[in-house]
Amino acid sequence: MRFALASASLLRHGPRTLLAVLGVAVSAALLLDMVMLSTGLGVSFRALLTRQGFDLRIAPRGTLPFDTEATVDRASEVARQLRGHPAVIAVSPVLGASVHVPRADGSIAATALGVDQAVQGDYELLEGVDVAHDGAIVVNDAFLAATGARLGDTLELATGYDPQLRAVVGSRRLVVTGRARFIYLSADQRAVALRLPVLQAMGGAQRTDRVNLFMVRLAEGADADAVQRWVGQRIPRVTAISTASAIEQVDARLSYFRQLSVILGSVSLIVGFLLVTTLVTVSVNERIGEIAVMRAIGVSRAHIVHQILLESLAISLAGAALGLGLGLVTARWLNAILVTFPGLPEAIDFFVFKPRAAWTALGLLAAVGIAAGIYPSWRGASLPIARTLREEAVG
Amino acid sequence: MSAIPVRPAAAAVAPRPGEPLLIASRLRREYRLGAETVHAVRDVSLTIGSGEYVAIVGPSGCGKSTLLHLLGAIDRPDGGSLAIGGRDIARLGDAEATAFRLHQVGFVFQRFYLVPTLTARENVELPMAEAGRRGADRARRARELLDYVGLLGRERHRPAQLSGGEQQRVAIARALANDPALLLADEPTGELDLRTGAEVVALFRRLNEDGTTIVVVTHDEELARAASRVLHMRDGVIVHDAPADREAR
Repeated sequence: MRFALASASLLRHGPRTLLAVLGVAVSAALLLDMVMLSTGLGVSFRALLTRQGFDLRIAPRGTLPFDTEATVDRASEVARQLRGHPAVIAVSPVLGASVHVPRADGSIAATALGVDQAVQGDYELLEGVDVAHDGAIVVNDAFLAATGARLGDTLELATGYDPQLRAVVGSRRLVVTGRARFIYLSADQRAVALRLPVLQAMGGAQRTDRVNLFMVRLAEGADADAVQRWVGQRIPRVTAISTASAIEQVDARLSYFRQLSVILGSVSLIVGFLLVTTLVTVSVNERIGEIAVMRAIGVSRAHIVHQILLESLAISLAGAALGLGLGLVTARWLNAILVTFPGLPEAIDFFVFKPRAAWTALGLLAAVGIAAGIYPSWRGASLPIARTLREEAVG
Repeated sequence: MSAIPVRPAAAAVAPRPGEPLLIASRLRREYRLGAETVHAVRDVSLTIGSGEYVAIVGPSGCGKSTLLHLLGAIDRPDGGSLAIGGRDIARLGDAEATAFRLHQVGFVFQRFYLVPTLTARENVELPMAEAGRRGADRARRARELLDYVGLLGRERHRPAQLSGGEQQRVAIARALANDPALLLADEPTGELDLRTGAEVVALFRRLNEDGTTIVVVTHDEELARAASRVLHMRDGVIVHDAPADREAR
């Protein structure tokens, strides 16, 4: 009977209830989006850093990978030392550089990665073959679009341009053998990968036996922190960062995103709370005589409280159900906009849906629904029956 | 129409043999109206026996409705005592007073106050549901009561689909739902035209003939004449208490 009375009260003013549900739905959608945003980047970065199975990243001392142009010299010696550790099963050196494809009207710039193709973790080959020889490159779609090249074409690539001589330097003729997706680069960033010794040689003496980064894969069950400490002691000119600590650093850098999400999520909850409280209070005020009569004929205060809380909860949950769908749609739309931010790795998402996010949003809205019903239910249950009936009779 | 259906377990409140159903002694109720204190009921004493039909009449604002609210335990007196069926009503807490009203008192109001979104039958079922009666049992009794008030064919109608007289008859059926010891009515014909008002008067008379104790507050002379006893109130005091002029009925 309580459920029937609660639903009947809501249906009595159907359009008004619908508007309130829509209002809560907007609030719920924003809340879900904020919950997804607060964890999305962290989850996304975690997936990015762990997807290739590397446990340590080793960069020039005091730097983060590719945070500066600093390089590690005598890289082959470092690689040999690293491979000497019993827990290390693979070492992938990476050198980054800018390259140019000379054209009659100038040149097309791109990012080049010198890699050991046997263990590299920077790109996923989509088509063709990997850099199987010194004359091969694999490129991404943005590079192909900018240069108009196709697989099998031979291109001239240079590592620099001398404005005084008006000539490119470190030039090589290389064959496009594969099309790839570069995991850590943005989709619109033109990129090529070639063998590490080739890129080092193209850079001249400045890049001889130098790399920007080593990615290290450890045996299963190995203690990454212990290897990290070992690297710090044995090779003091580098900094080793474990994936776990990299994730921690990313999380720390993303804390302002979480704060923003918490603030906006809280605002959406407060708006939802006020909306439901206002609507249910108005509804109770309209039924004040009816409630007084119910109390007069023996309906308990608990019944009145339950009925009004049910109304409040029903609005919140209906809004939440609608809002979760709306939130997923808007999150997808917003994500599509945000991932086009220049320089952002292609694999990064701002909004990542996890069932836990939906449950969190639903739980919070249910709590808000109950909280929003407290004042109107207290008002309804504490009506002075005789006075209300007297005033209703006069009114 | 059948005789009033009575629930077997009814009449949990029953006066001792020879004692009146209701004994009020020096009942007093005051309330503030701005800076002024209104003495709505002043030292009212009365007794009402089981099966009596009492009408309370008097000018507006004389304290009739306040007295009725006190008798029905929806308001608490500021002084005096009130016993119904030997039970002290004046000192009941809210939960006890609510349970007392649910099981022992039936209320009928001037404005009917049916729940507009429930059908006639569901409105009658409401006090029974609150009393914890099972669905099939209360539906059966609701149909019996609607039959008693002449509305069996209208049980699925909502209040908006019923006339004023029909709504008041549903409200009377609702008041009888839990077999109250006492039926209290506050201007039950106040919103009705002459014809439908007369129907309600006849229904009250029949209810009383079938054994229901009734106290009705009214301006309606016809309704008052139907009573066995009429109390005249003025300025919060019962100024005249006499049997109704039965010859005039």
